[in-house]
Amino acid sequence: MQILQAIYEFFAGLLKPGMLSLLLSILVYAAIPLVFILLYALVAILGEMKISAWLQDRLGPMRTGPKGTLQPIADIMKLLQKEDTTPTAADRTLYQLAPWVIFIGAYAAFAVLPFSAVYIGARINTGVFYILSIGSLTVVSILLAGWGSNNKYSLIGAMRSVAQIISYEIPVALAVLTVVLVAGSMDLQTIANLQGGGIQNWFLFGGPKRIAGFGGSMNIVLTPVMLIAFAIYFVGSLAETNRVPFDVPEAESELVAGYHTEYSGMKFAIFFLAEYASMFAVGSIAATLFLGGWQSPFGYTSATIGIFWFILKGLAFVFVQMWIRWTLPRLRVDQVMNVCWKVLIPFGLVAVVAASVLTVALK
Amino acid sequence: MVEPRRLHTEEMVLNVGPQHPSTHGVLRLEVILDGELVVDVIPHIGYLHRCFEKHAEHMTYPQVIPYVDRMDYIAAMSGEHGYVTAVERMMNIEVPEKVEYIRVLFAELQRIASHSIAIGTYGLDAGAFTPFLYLFRDRETILEMFEKTCGARFLYNYMWIGGLSHDLHPDVLPMCREFVKQSRATHKEINNLLTFNHIFMERTAGIGVLDPQVAINGGASGPMLRACGVKWDVRKNDPYSIYDRFDFDVAVGSSEYATLGDSFNRHWVRMQEWEQSLNIIEQILEQYPINDTTDVQSAIPKRIKPDGEIYSRTETPRGELGFYIVGKGDVKPWRVKPRSPAFSNLSLLPLISRGYLIADLIVILGSIDIVLGEIDR
Repeated sequence: MQILQAIYEFFAGLLKPGMLSLLLSILVYAAIPLVFILLYALVAILGEMKISAWLQDRLGPMRTGPKGTLQPIADIMKLLQKEDTTPTAADRTLYQLAPWVIFIGAYAAFAVLPFSAVYIGARINTGVFYILSIGSLTVVSILLAGWGSNNKYSLIGAMRSVAQIISYEIPVALAVLTVVLVAGSMDLQTIANLQGGGIQNWFLFGGPKRIAGFGGSMNIVLTPVMLIAFAIYFVGSLAETNRVPFDVPEAESELVAGYHTEYSGMKFAIFFLAEYASMFAVGSIAATLFLGGWQSPFGYTSATIGIFWFILKGLAFVFVQMWIRWTLPRLRVDQVMNVCWKVLIPFGLVAVVAASVLTVALK
Repeated sequence: MVEPRRLHTEEMVLNVGPQHPSTHGVLRLEVILDGELVVDVIPHIGYLHRCFEKHAEHMTYPQVIPYVDRMDYIAAMSGEHGYVTAVERMMNIEVPEKVEYIRVLFAELQRIASHSIAIGTYGLDAGAFTPFLYLFRDRETILEMFEKTCGARFLYNYMWIGGLSHDLHPDVLPMCREFVKQSRATHKEINNLLTFNHIFMERTAGIGVLDPQVAINGGASGPMLRACGVKWDVRKNDPYSIYDRFDFDVAVGSSEYATLGDSFNRHWVRMQEWEQSLNIIEQILEQYPINDTTDVQSAIPKRIKPDGEIYSRTETPRGELGFYIVGKGDVKPWRVKPRSPAFSNLSLLPLISRGYLIADLIVILGSIDIVLGEIDR
């Protein structure tokens, strides 16, 4: 809010105080995550290329810029120049709409991410709930893309994806609920604030030790429950972002490219951008819920340094997702469902019940 | 009680290939689907037909060798070995011992190179990208040895009727010793990363089960047949060249990890064969007549005009490669008819993939390890 205030004052000084300045300042304020996503995507694309190269005993891109560091820019330039095709048999409206819907879903999630004590797009007291629901927009987009493309591969990919994402929302929600029960809040900023003061106060290790209402130093007993919840959240988030080993919707060897088979040029790039954005989003939510968010692992931290810790933790998750992608094979579509319904959901329910019982007992 | 109304469903025809990442070449599969379930598969072949048999009738015997290379281009050395063995048997040519050693060495190296591609692309089909590149890195060493010896990396024209085009390059034996060590390490790594990966086993075990009797009746050979538990290897059962001098096991599928004859066992047989080939190479390195100065071209006959007919078979990485050759005392063969293992193996695909999912179909196809050059010829 302080930042929005500052931007508004800047515009008010430049033009005159009023509706126009307010609208302009809101636009600029909303564009901050967009700039972040674009910059981060450049880093992540290069990271994916270099990390896969490192895991596979090769060099990766080396020719574009020093050590290939300009490769993402070259790739984006290439995609911009490509012809933007629409298949004749496609349903034009749905086909054109799909990439924007998926990007809106990924972008909107950034609105409630607490980057630091001072920077959070919109502090709403149901932040966790908002994230879970806005994430479901992905399903709509994938269905639009799969149906609108009028391609059998796209359709099969879309069907798989919808089944998968809707199923995995349940264990993810259960894991998130475990933290919400202990924290007693659905506001991501409050959850992050509670975990200040060092690694021992993270919800992964049971939450804040200094506050009597939270069980004080006794809440270390919550650690096993939290570890289960964390594992469920992490596996579930891999499935929700369609990453390996749950990438059946875009399984290259079976479905060519799944729901985005027919997309080219900038539309393809937007699908790609949305995927990278949601990789960071789920990673940073995991960091906020379990690993202290923008809080430093060593004692208290200032607001500006908080951004550094937040991005570092988010990128660490992105790195792990890439690491898994280049190591593991892919599950089959029915096995993906088995993991969800037979493993994650029962454990998720156990975690929720255990967390509620323990929280009540500790208070 | 009201009968639940059945939802009306329709079968969908999905065209997989010839441009598809997982058909391993220009194969087209017409897949009839019920949802994700494979009802039937109809392979359409012939996109890579290059009239090998007709060409062969218009070439002299040695001129056919480069065409044989282009049949099974993934394992060109093994194909050459099969063809030259057939012609030599027709003409009763005694090949110098040294030449035989080099041939077996290269055939086994080629087997490892070919299995590397088979295992690597199989990993790709299952979604694991990294093992593929590890295997290509090792295959590079083998290609380097071939390149040093005969100048070619892929299609060699190296084994000639009665001899070889070049003597072994002096660097090859030391490189080979180094390679065996490196390859054993990679073998272990691939086992850890791919074979015994839980996800990989879940994906391949019990998928595409082939009955041994059906396999024999369908003419399956190579890893496809041995995965069913049938101990059949031409190198052992009908030894050619000097394979009877080496001590190696015929790798067969085992029911220890998965169902006999399934996709996992076809992969497992290849992994074991890789190890057996390394054993053979080690024995060659021990036995190789290092001081033998025989000219590798000394036994090449001046006139190659065989009369009569022959069916000769050899074990290539994909199975039993047979050559039926009819000669009428001319410089050109009257008829050359290869019996290609991948063709027979592919013909069993519809039989073993009905009732599985699309993802399984890709895994089954990958486990057969087809080379379209050999199927279409």
